[in-house]
Amino acid sequence: MSRAPATTPSRAAIDWRNVFFSVLVPILAIFTALLIGAGIIWATGANVAAAYTGLFSGAFGGVQAISNTLVEATPFMFAGLAVAVGFKCGLFNIGAEGQLAMGAISAAVAGFAITGLPTFIHLPLALVIGALGGAFWGAIPGFLRARTGAHEVIVTIMMNYIAIRLTDYLIKGPLRDRNASAPRTPNILESAQLPLLLGPEYRLHAGFLIAVIMAFFINWLLNRTTTGFEIGTVGANPGAARYAGISITRNFVLAMSMSGALAGLAGAVTVLGVERNLKASFSAGYGFDSIAVALLAKSNPIGIIPAAIFWGALRNGAGLMQLQSGISINLINIIQALVIVFVAAPDIIRLIYRIPKTGDQQAVFTRGWGS
Amino acid sequence: MKPFFNRFRVVGLVGIVFAALLFWLVAQQVPWEAFSTLRITYPGARPVDPPLLDIPLPTLITVLIISLGLIVGGIYTMLRQQAQLIPWYVGSIIFATMFTILIWASVERRVDIVDMFARMVRLATPIALGAMAGILCERSGIVNIAIEGLMLTGACVGFIIALLAGNPWVGILGAMAAGGAIVMLHALLSIRFKTDQIISGTVINILAVGATGFMRTAIILPLQAQGNTGASLPILPIPLLSQIPILGPILFTHQPIAYAMLLLVPILTVLLFRTPWGLRTRSIGENPRAADTMGIDVIRMRYMNVFLAGLIAGLAGAWLSLEATFNFDDLMTNGRGFIALAAMIFGNWMPFGALGGAMLFSFSDALQIKIQSFDFALPPQFIQMLPYIITIVVLAGVVGRTRAPAAVGKPYEK
Repeated sequence: MSRAPATTPSRAAIDWRNVFFSVLVPILAIFTALLIGAGIIWATGANVAAAYTGLFSGAFGGVQAISNTLVEATPFMFAGLAVAVGFKCGLFNIGAEGQLAMGAISAAVAGFAITGLPTFIHLPLALVIGALGGAFWGAIPGFLRARTGAHEVIVTIMMNYIAIRLTDYLIKGPLRDRNASAPRTPNILESAQLPLLLGPEYRLHAGFLIAVIMAFFINWLLNRTTTGFEIGTVGANPGAARYAGISITRNFVLAMSMSGALAGLAGAVTVLGVERNLKASFSAGYGFDSIAVALLAKSNPIGIIPAAIFWGALRNGAGLMQLQSGISINLINIIQALVIVFVAAPDIIRLIYRIPKTGDQQAVFTRGWGS
Repeated sequence: MKPFFNRFRVVGLVGIVFAALLFWLVAQQVPWEAFSTLRITYPGARPVDPPLLDIPLPTLITVLIISLGLIVGGIYTMLRQQAQLIPWYVGSIIFATMFTILIWASVERRVDIVDMFARMVRLATPIALGAMAGILCERSGIVNIAIEGLMLTGACVGFIIALLAGNPWVGILGAMAAGGAIVMLHALLSIRFKTDQIISGTVINILAVGATGFMRTAIILPLQAQGNTGASLPILPIPLLSQIPILGPILFTHQPIAYAMLLLVPILTVLLFRTPWGLRTRSIGENPRAADTMGIDVIRMRYMNVFLAGLIAGLAGAWLSLEATFNFDDLMTNGRGFIALAAMIFGNWMPFGALGGAMLFSFSDALQIKIQSFDFALPPQFIQMLPYIITIVVLAGVVGRTRAPAAVGKPYEK
């Protein structure tokens, strides 16, 4: 796994020693988590080698596997970026799940209800509507946080449950396709479908490219523009930001809307690129995984690309792992959780492997209940 | 110049508009001559038995009175502008709304309100216990967003132990032990490694989802396939007290963990505010440096209290898998751990206040279950949203009037 260097605030030469250490900790975290995972596999009496070779060849063995891994990675990329944007503003967006659902349903509606448009208008329109659906869902907790002090962690989680029930109602009620036996929305029109990149036999769609471009765009936006600077200042020190005349409310709402829009895009590309319609019980636990991806990348937008691919690989390889060794897919969840335990608390990894401390390690921070 | 729309005027105005809307909405659907009957049953009565009392309420007039009450309350809040009015007003809006939905849904029906309130207490158990765990942590200066994960782990491990032992009581111990063990990871991360506490809690929540899902497929399903079964914890009516009309079924006819919750709330209140331990706990949450200067071992005390909180959260989890049903399902906590934190904030980090908050949520849950069987104008998904919407309303309306312990979320460095 290669990682692009962290963007340094100045254009000075990249400090390779720092880059080395900032990549070393996540890699050792993954290694340690896989090691503990091996222990768990061994304890349940399954074959460790079979499990891990199954995991690897399921994720990267052949073009089909790689294509599927990248398809799996795409929503994680968007949702991971969503969480990273929130972190930048000192906000912890646990609501990617709900924003994703709102984005998915909005994009689905745009995809089947708007007719008679050519692809080059319909597809971007459906993506934008999906992003707006997520942005709206994200803006509410941002506004409440700024104006009333209601902590975004709890509000976004509640918004998740509300979004899940709302989409459930819409899919089973007004938006249901009357001709389908299972509750789902009508199929989106061909003019709103994301083109497949490798031909019809592979699932890899253009959403992956959009995600990669978006990672670079967010990196530029957060690190090279006034908007990004304001968001970062509010995140680092709201008191100083207010004193400098930067509106906290505006930036909280802006950051949460951007975050929600990215999560909404995750839902939109899943509908427009893979599913082609939206079924009931759509939720796939992207919310927590997106936090994990953002943490693994230390909130660096470029770093989110490999982190999301790693995550997609675990998800995609799990099936073959289960097939070859009989170990439950849920083992992947444990490995993923262990990875972020170690990434979130790099001191544990440093303690195990005796790595010296380098400067500027704390990449993410959140704030407590007080306003 | 202060802005005209301060918090009181906004809350009051929102309340007034809401009350008017509520009445208008019901008046669209319900004729003036419709009646809803609230039934009060004898303790232990079967559905066919004659009731102790039937209270027929003219539905629309009752809703009108409730709305007028809310409007008067809103005007009072706008005029008096006292800080402590806001939680009361927000709380009454929520309760009034739920009561309105209840009698609206039960037009031309009878609804057993004693049963509703008994169910409210029962369903409040995991939320209130979770909130007690939260209070214990936060009063000591540790944010514990991991309560959801602790409950889930407690539910899972407790159920496994109960299956193995064939006895739900042993399962309770297993659940508490699991909660206590997992919470020590949170303690270690946030106290020793000084990780951001919200991140650390989230990590534990993710770990809990993975670990319990794994344990379900690797341990629980094979055990059940081998024929290991059991029964949920028994209802233990308290002799004599359970025979009191109304109060008996609501407070004294419960399963053991509900009693434990009802006992723990006053006990924790006394411990926190009337004992040296409580004074020390509060001091390390407000000003750990001063506490350290006074010779209190801040680190040790934080580990201790977080551990105790883990035991309580594990007990809350046991309610899910051993008391409410005898089963374990993936993600069965369904956000109750987070709702518990909202209840804690609503209650201003006080045990009884948090219990009130928990009742607010559990009443909406009880309401939701009750009217599921009625053919009601609102789709079921919207009724299911109630607890979550209420949580947001509570947080948005109340936070800022309440105050978190000063040092919460900050690692202590000597």
